[in-house]
Amino acid sequence: MNRKLEIAAPLLFGLGGILLWQAAVRLTGTPKYVVPAPSDVVVAYADGFSLLNQALVSTLVVTFSALLVATLLGVALAVAMAASPLVRAAIQPWAVALQVTPLVAIAPLIILWVNQTFVALVVCATIISFFPILASTAAGLAETPRDLQDLFRLNGASRRQTLFMLLLPSAVPNFLTGLRISGTLALVGAVVAEFVAGSGGFASGLAYRIIEAGYRLEIPRMFAAMALLAVSGVAIYAALGLVSHLVLRRRDH
Amino acid sequence: MIAIEGVSKTFPNGTLALENISTGIAAGEFVALLGPSGCGKSTLLRLLAGLETPSQGAIDFAEGRPKPGGIGFVFQDATLMPWATAAQNVALPLRLQGRPDAAAVKAALAQVGLAEFASAKPAALSGGMKMRVSIARALVSKPHFLLMDEPFAALDEFTRHRLQEDLRDLWRRTRPTIVFVTHSIYEAAYLATRVIVMSPRPGRIAADLPSPVQDGPERRTADDYVAFVKQLTKTLQAVMPA
Repeated sequence: MNRKLEIAAPLLFGLGGILLWQAAVRLTGTPKYVVPAPSDVVVAYADGFSLLNQALVSTLVVTFSALLVATLLGVALAVAMAASPLVRAAIQPWAVALQVTPLVAIAPLIILWVNQTFVALVVCATIISFFPILASTAAGLAETPRDLQDLFRLNGASRRQTLFMLLLPSAVPNFLTGLRISGTLALVGAVVAEFVAGSGGFASGLAYRIIEAGYRLEIPRMFAAMALLAVSGVAIYAALGLVSHLVLRRRDH
Repeated sequence: MIAIEGVSKTFPNGTLALENISTGIAAGEFVALLGPSGCGKSTLLRLLAGLETPSQGAIDFAEGRPKPGGIGFVFQDATLMPWATAAQNVALPLRLQGRPDAAAVKAALAQVGLAEFASAKPAALSGGMKMRVSIARALVSKPHFLLMDEPFAALDEFTRHRLQEDLRDLWRRTRPTIVFVTHSIYEAAYLATRVIVMSPRPGRIAADLPSPVQDGPERRTADDYVAFVKQLTKTLQAVMPA
């Protein structure tokens, strides 16, 4: 498959789907408060343009704040685990436990405990997004070639030198893979947390707009908000992929 | 210079890798450790480097254990840091020892014929060039003791011959003590002044043969070299289990 086709295929597939959807809604005469046609969604987006975009910005601020915290936390824990088998043994099961507990189950507690809603949302999104960074960075640190570690030992390297000159640089490719997964998870986490916080919360994210539109039976606006989320998710994934590609190319060439 | 006395090595999983190895290595010798896979020759090299400790016996250095940087180690793979240039890779031992020396790095790269590739990253270098960078890295702190673990095993024949000749030249000029692990009879016969043949599982010294091969430009086709290859082949056949 050539490069042009690779880009064209999903666009054509999406366009075909949208056309079919439009035709099906119009031909069956389905009311737009049940299933809106794509054109209704576009109109709804134009109507609520600044409201929806503000909501998007708010959700993205939570997402990227969480991704930043998740990166610092994930890398720090991975380094601690690489430095000490005891720390690894102590932390690993709890990190997994936190990862497998559904966020919707933890989020109400966090929103109850943390007074400031913005902080509570960031905490929720961090909980769900730090694990891929932790796991992949830990794997990267562990996969550092043994020969190079021996070479550092033979030349009397300090632990600090070994960490900063060998282990961390070696873990960069794995870290970037983890970051890419964490980026989309942070968005999911932010939206789930906003849902739980609901109207009592930060009251400006996209999830809140979805809930609000649901109450008011403004189904086209709901779809518009969902479309924004989907596009943001794809954009975050693609952007982090590009960052990863550029960083590694600059580093190794 | 180095006395190896009754050294055995048992790994935590119970494998006896080396059993009762006793020998000495004199300063300026070029020793080849020759043997099939699993004869513990790499383990012996790691023991000499201090990367492993013997389960029994002792390894004594006449001048005390080499200081950091006193041992140059070349691994089977080039094991360069992919994010660092050739010069940065070569500079690594000096940096770690806290005595950076750009001139020494330049000289080490020139010594392996890669002066023009100082700023190239490993991805841009061929397998043979990477190995030469790796050798330059081992030479940069001018160690008196060079340990090499099948460094040319992964290279093609032509590159291998070139690097073997370079290594002979280097040894002739500066006379470091070299312990060179190999499973190639030809390589051992060509390079070393003394070949220690090891038997597998557990590793023992099966024969210790000084090289009769005269130094000279036609070394690779000389009669004494061919005879030594035959002698080593027969020795290895005798130690290999049927």
